[in-house]
Order: sequence, then C-alpha cells, then structure tokens
Amino acid sequence: MEKKVIFHEEYCKSCELCVNVCPKKIIRIKDDLNRQGYHPAFVRDEDQELCISCALCARMCPDAVIEVYK
Amino acid sequence: MKPIYQRPKSLKQVVTHYCPGCTHGIAHRLLAEVIDELGIQGKTIGVASVGCSVFAYNYIDVDFQQAAHGRAPAVATGIKRVLPDRIVFTYQGDGDLASIGAAEIVHAAARGENITVIFINNAIYGMTGGQMAPTSLLGQKTTTSPAGRDARAQGYPLRVSELIATIEGARYVARFSLHNPQNIQRAKQGIKKAFSNQIEGKGFSMVELLSTCSTNWGLSPQNALKWLEENMLPVYPLGEFKGKEGE
Amino acid sequence: MSEPVLMKGNEAIAEAAIRAGCRFFFGYPITPQNEIPEYMSKRLPEVGGVFLQAESEVSSINMVYGAAGAGGRVLISSSSPGISLMQEGISYLAGSELPCVIVNMSRGGPGLGGIQPSQADYFQATKGGGHGDYRLIVYGPATIQEACNLMMKAFDVADKYRNPVMVLGDGMIGQMMEPVVFPDTSEVRLPEKPWATTGNEGRKSNLISSIILDPEELDAHNWRLQEKYNRIRENEVMYEVAHGDDSEWFLVAYGTVARICRKVMEQARKNGVKVGLIRPITLWPFPDKAFKDVVHKAKGFLCVEMSTGQMVEDVRLAVNGKAPVYFYGRTGGAVPNPKSVEKRLYEMISGKTPVVSDYWEKRGGGAAE
Repeated sequence: MEKKVIFHEEYCKSCELCVNVCPKKIIRIKDDLNRQGYHPAFVRDEDQELCISCALCARMCPDAVIEVYK
Repeated sequence: MKPIYQRPKSLKQVVTHYCPGCTHGIAHRLLAEVIDELGIQGKTIGVASVGCSVFAYNYIDVDFQQAAHGRAPAVATGIKRVLPDRIVFTYQGDGDLASIGAAEIVHAAARGENITVIFINNAIYGMTGGQMAPTSLLGQKTTTSPAGRDARAQGYPLRVSELIATIEGARYVARFSLHNPQNIQRAKQGIKKAFSNQIEGKGFSMVELLSTCSTNWGLSPQNALKWLEENMLPVYPLGEFKGKEGE
Repeated sequence: MSEPVLMKGNEAIAEAAIRAGCRFFFGYPITPQNEIPEYMSKRLPEVGGVFLQAESEVSSINMVYGAAGAGGRVLISSSSPGISLMQEGISYLAGSELPCVIVNMSRGGPGLGGIQPSQADYFQATKGGGHGDYRLIVYGPATIQEACNLMMKAFDVADKYRNPVMVLGDGMIGQMMEPVVFPDTSEVRLPEKPWATTGNEGRKSNLISSIILDPEELDAHNWRLQEKYNRIRENEVMYEVAHGDDSEWFLVAYGTVARICRKVMEQARKNGVKVGLIRPITLWPFPDKAFKDVVHKAKGFLCVEMSTGQMVEDVRLAVNGKAPVYFYGRTGGAVPNPKSVEKRLYEMISGKTPVVSDYWEKRGGGAAE
C-alpha cells in the first residue's frame, strides 16, 4: 500500500502541532524515541487510507517532517 | 500518487536547533518554498541577524552573510548595491529589527532599498532568555519585566509594520501570522509577493510574521499558538498595510 | 606616469581609491574628512560605481561589510568619533576576514573633542579598537603623495590578506594641498574572490560569518588569524630611517609630525649634532626592526606625537630598555612647532629629561617621564 502521508521521524521534535490540525485525528505520537530523544509523530499504516491529503499537518509542521501524497 | 507537499529543495536536510514547536521553522520552510517556486536559489543571498535565527544559514541553502545585531538591512544594502541583479533578503527578529536595528530598517525603507525583509515578531527576546522586547505586550511577563510590561515604566508595544508603511520608500508592508495552516498559507503568499517585488525591481518589501516562543513564554507549543491568537492579534492586526493589489 | 596636479589631501586620497579600482563608498558626514565623500559622490557615478551616504557610521560600516562580502572593492572614510562608532563593524570585518579600506582623518578627542589634526587614535587603530583579538594593517602617510601611494597599496593588501586596512591621516593630511602624481593604474586587475556571497549557482553555498560558538573552533580560528598577522608582520612592514648610519640621537614620529621632526633634524645636523629620524609608515605592523638596527649605538630616542603619548609605548617595546626613550607631545589640534621639538631634543642631548608637554612646563609641574 502506498502511503499518503510520510513522516521523516528524524526531524520530529514531538511538538504535536500536526496532531492538533489533522481533521481526521489520525496522527499519533510514538512511544519510541528518535535520535534526538523525541517521541516522533506518525500515522499508523492502517490509518493511511483515512488521510484526505489536505496537508494541513505539513503546512503546520515547524520541522518539515511531513510529506503528503494524493 | 502525486505529491501534495514535500520538503523544499532549498531547505537543507538537517535538524534545526530551534525548540519544539518554534515557528521559526515554519518561516524558514516558507522562505525555502518561495525561493524554490521562484527559481532563485542560485542567485539569492540571505542576511542572518542576531537572535535565535543567527544560524538560519545552516538551514536555508543559499549564500549567507551573518550580520551584527540590528544591522542586517545595512549589510543587505551593501550586498545589493554591489550585486543589483541578485536577490537579497534579511531575516530578523523583533529585538534585532525593532529595537537595536530600528534606525537601519527605517532608513533601508526610506531609501526604497530593493531588498526583502522577513521580520519575526514573537514579542520577546528568544536567544538571550526571554527578556522584554519593544514588541512585548502590556502586562506581558518577561525576565526583565517580571511584574508584566507597565506602560508607565516600559512604554508601549511598537507596531513596526504600521510605522514602516508610512515611509514613502516602502513598496510592500504586510503582517501575517503563523498560528494556523490558513494563516501560514497567507503568509507564504505575502513572502512570495515580497520577493516578486524585488525581482521586478519594485523596491523595499517587508513581511512581519507573528510568531511564538513557547519556551520563553512558558507555554506548550499548542498553547503558545493559542496565546498568539488571543493576545497578539488584537495588538498586531493582520493585513497588507502598503502595496495591496491595485495600489 | 601622469603630470603632477595640485590637490587637497582628501580629494587626492579619494581619486587614488578610484584609480585603485574602488567602486563602492559608504560614509557619513564628519569634519575634517568631508571632501572624501563629496568627491566620491561626484566621481563614483562617472566610473559606474556606487556612492551611498548612510544614516550613521554604524550603518555605513555594516554596508561595507555587506559590500565587501559580496566581492566589492570598498572604501569608507570618517574621523575619530565616527571611527569609534564603527568599531563593532570593524571587529566583524576582521573576524569574518573581509577586505576593505578605512580612512581615518583623525581629530582631537576624547568625546566630541575638536576638528583639528590629532594622532590620538593610534591606540584605537593599532591595538584592535573593537572587541576581540584582531589587527588592522595601519598606514600613517606623511605627505599627500604618500597617502595616494598607500591608498592604492591598501586595497591590494586588504585583498591579499582578506583583512581591513586603515589609512590613518592626521587631519592635516586631509586638509592641506600638495602636488601629487598618480601612478599608472591602467593595469589594475581585481583578484578573484571565490569566497564572496554572490549566489550559489553551480557551487556550494558561501557563508560570511564570525560566530563560532565552539571554544575549540574559536580558539583555532583566533590562532589561524594570528598566523595571518604574523605573515603580515613578516611581509608588510614599512618605515623610513634618515641618517641611521651616523646618528646617536633619534627623533621618532609618523605622519605630519615626522615632517616637523625632519626639519628639526636637518637644522640640528647643520649644527653638527648627530641626530636621525625614524618614521614608521606602517603603524601596525610596527617597524621594530628600524629600532633594533640602531639601538646598539643610540644614546636616546625622542618620540614626538600629536597625542599624550601612544606610539611611544611601541617605541619602548621595540627599544626594549636598551636606550632611554623620551616623549614630547601636543594634543587637541595643537601642532608641535619646530622650536619646541628642537628644545626637547637639546634637553635630551644635554642629559636632561625632556619636558613631556608645554602645558606642564608652563605650570612648572606635571609628571616628568
């Protein structure tokens, strides 16, 4: 399955601004830490099809973590 | 699938030093997007100022000069006068531009210097640790206004865009906010206009971006956006103060 | 070689800069150097250059930073209080290793002081001036012809070492008129500056900066700068020694004071006194060698300045205790007259300590050195 939304976790600082702007509320925070020591944001594979590719998350992200496809 | 949103080419593939949720990151990304869309990466020269964004050159992949505190518009003037066909922008915070660099920004505008100024207003000094800025709000607690900014002792917030818009040499002056995706999109259009003006030789353009400093405001990134919306927007109204379409 | 023309010092210096390929000037009005920006405002547009009067000295030196970083051949001029305002920018230029030429037609201080000639900015010019460990290459011309020659050299030296160069005039140099011959500069070619911020088309991005937060890296940067300054010390020292071979007594002076001292020396030699003159042309790097060459036979050095005693400290360091070093000075625009210098010279020769200032002498007191 091709992903609609891809998180480049290494850039993520866990600010959660993407979580709040997602109209489908499918962005979650991982329990794991990334290399910087943050819990990165992600979308579960099974939630990918719920994504409407609105890219609000990518526009809000201060760290250019997110790529969006349609 | 076709891409809707990708990391701009002009944004280096590195992790920034900014705090989580810091809107500097959004402003950087918008700048990089505009540089990419206008196809000017190879001919753009940035001027980094003193403040958290002093390392902007580590993130935006264009030639850069790092300026002394407040002097970015003077440095940009020097570059532009030597290389009039290049695109020159400054990236300055409110301490840098509205306080120590007040003379430089006013006179760059008065000369109609054909440069683009990105002005980050987060109502506080970030890098030095949360001191009061000329743009701090009345009542705002900072490390140098611990009881809250008091107009009788510390004066009033400076509305820089309104001030610069009164200057004949300024071609485009606008204030946007980075507190939600809709406003971020508008800000991007403003930045693009400010760069397009320079490409077309129209003269001085400044875009003020209302921004957050969650660390020094003592708020979570999300609450900082809310604080901006509720407290800064009434003091710093958004809009194009000069150079609207048709003007 | 062109024909000699009679020119005012400031205008000749400005013309020399243009002939050296300078095409960018930033400045702010201040007496006694206003003829330089005025001349540039007329001449630079004629040669396709840019003249810009800034809103302050603070801005003008930062415009120089931008222009130099963009690869331009840049001149800035001012006088003492204005140069003080530029010190932050000069420190940034030195830290970022940007070439430019700075003219200081210095006047009496401290504070607003006066507008007459002075040499009281020697410390500021040669010891750093702004914050941090850095040096300017500093020329102290004694004639307008020399000022022109040094102006032309200054741009090349600035580019060669990527370092700011100061031409330190003493007000008199700027205001008087003398005949000057401009060397042929039709062959002037500006060096390539691959480090300049001109847009990253086809290469990696360039950066002009002086911020280095890592202590180890900043330490290395400073010692690398010192290596450069040592190269400058080895290669760029300039001075003149008159009658070094047979002299036992030496007058030491730079700039226009050296002209006065030369007259005194010539008169004294007619009277059979074995006196010579040491005239530093580079004030930094200081010509220690000129003193080392004669110190073994020298009975005394009399340093004359339009200050309360600044270069004399470098003379003492160069002489290193091997002979007595005396000082005589006037300040605030008062120029030492030959009679007074002669008097101090004979005081020294007769075994007395020369009185340091006419002011103290009149009052019968003051700290004799």
